[in-house]
Amino acid sequence: MKVGIVGIGHGKFGRRSDATVQELAFEAFRLAMEDTGNLDRKDIDATIIGSVPEYHKQRSLPGVVAEYLGMNDQPTWLTEAACASSSAAIRSAYMAIRSGMHEVVAVLGVQKMTELETPELLALMGRVGDVQWESIFGTTFPGYYAFYANRHMHEFGTTHEQMLKVAVKNHHYGAMNEKAMFRKEITIEKALAAAPVADPFTVFDCCANADGAACLILASEEKAKKLHDTPIWLEGLGCASAAMSLLRRPDLVSIPSAKAASEQAFKQASVSPKDIAVADVHDCFTIAEILAYEDIGFCKKGKGGKFIDEEQSYIGGSNPINIDGGLKAKGHPVGATGASQTYEIVTQLRGDAGKRQVDGADVGLTHNVGGIGQYTFVHIYKR
Amino acid sequence: MPFKWFGKVSFVPYTKVSQFADELKEGRLVGSRCLSCGHVSFPPRADCIECLSPDFEWVEYSGKCILHTFTIIHAAPTGFDDIAPYIIGIVDLPEGGRLLGWMRGIEKEEIEIGMPLKVVPRMFEEIPEIKVYYTLEKRE
Ligand SMILES: [Zn+2]
Repeated sequence: MKVGIVGIGHGKFGRRSDATVQELAFEAFRLAMEDTGNLDRKDIDATIIGSVPEYHKQRSLPGVVAEYLGMNDQPTWLTEAACASSSAAIRSAYMAIRSGMHEVVAVLGVQKMTELETPELLALMGRVGDVQWESIFGTTFPGYYAFYANRHMHEFGTTHEQMLKVAVKNHHYGAMNEKAMFRKEITIEKALAAAPVADPFTVFDCCANADGAACLILASEEKAKKLHDTPIWLEGLGCASAAMSLLRRPDLVSIPSAKAASEQAFKQASVSPKDIAVADVHDCFTIAEILAYEDIGFCKKGKGGKFIDEEQSYIGGSNPINIDGGLKAKGHPVGATGASQTYEIVTQLRGDAGKRQVDGADVGLTHNVGGIGQYTFVHIYKR
Repeated sequence: MPFKWFGKVSFVPYTKVSQFADELKEGRLVGSRCLSCGHVSFPPRADCIECLSPDFEWVEYSGKCILHTFTIIHAAPTGFDDIAPYIIGIVDLPEGGRLLGWMRGIEKEEIEIGMPLKVVPRMFEEIPEIKVYYTLEKRE
């Protein structure tokens, strides 16, 4: 039995001081219901929320969201895997449907990150790594990926300019995406001159905290065919974990969970990297997209810099990647990001992406990394 | 000594490896060795990742190390803004494992991945309470 996506909704990402977290969730949910069309709320068997709780003043998010959506008294629960929380929700929904327990499941990725005051955010930022052995030296999220960047430069001769080419590409496409937080092109010169964050990164190597929500309606094969004329089928799922601490990773030039999750997903979907017509990968920092090219297998290890030099991840290249702007231009409301990536891939496979459309896109991939690779989920979709 | 004395800012007051902080105060860098299978770990662990044994002993590390990677933090989190920018290195320890700490006495231009360094146990002099940590410094 296959599992298909029959409805998608995506709210505006950015600094959303106009809305509470449940109001953000409502926007995406309403759009997903509208997109599905022929579905009543009571026909949704469960709602799985993907979110990272520590950013919200409101505790126990599924409770308040399910109430606000008018989805009581159906079941609801939270999945948490840091920045991959809503991909974890997709995996849970797939399992729930394949088990036969539920037929239709809503996945709602939602996050409000800007209601915290700057000191609270900075304190949170200080606890992203292993707090016993690392955070006591003032490590940060950009800092962790900067460790990767410097090691990658050392081993493979990758340059900071190559990393910034990723940012230039993603802002180029983000400028065409009305849901994105940043809708302006950037240049390498401007990015190099920007404020330093963690060497070699400037602010343009880093994605931004954001508020936002995205919603997906998943259904069993039988239901999906009734609900939509073009269901998009989830045909490969990979998920793996890796040591929280970089001190316990085998190397610092790849994300082991991303390699393992990719292999699983390709095997289940019976496709290979060259078959991927369009992908959304986790570009929380510019080096992260280069690592993704290599870990997924779009190019060989160490060749990620060359891959972006050759514009292989642009439309027209071998594998168009993050042509919705990625986390870099869309903003990264952590719990919503996995569902947002999936929204883009479903849109592309339906052929609805407008001027960003990859002609004839038939197979798509999402790669969603939690934290610094503690969790990775890779999903492959077919039309 | 409670473990909260390890680090400029502490998030972990209690652990089964709190003696690590006492050893560091005495100028010794130690890892853990499993009493059952002999697996050596740094950072130290009370519980063996290989064989699940909860029995371990302390093993002294030489402090010799090789720089694996580094970064310079400009945008610092709470508790570290007063010392930014600061250089953090990750080093490989020949006895086993890796260590993360501040690099000291090394200019940005001098940093080379693969350079030999040493781990130096230190105490914060300017803070009234006892605060121990370590730095990564040049080794000839
Ligand atoms: Zn053991």
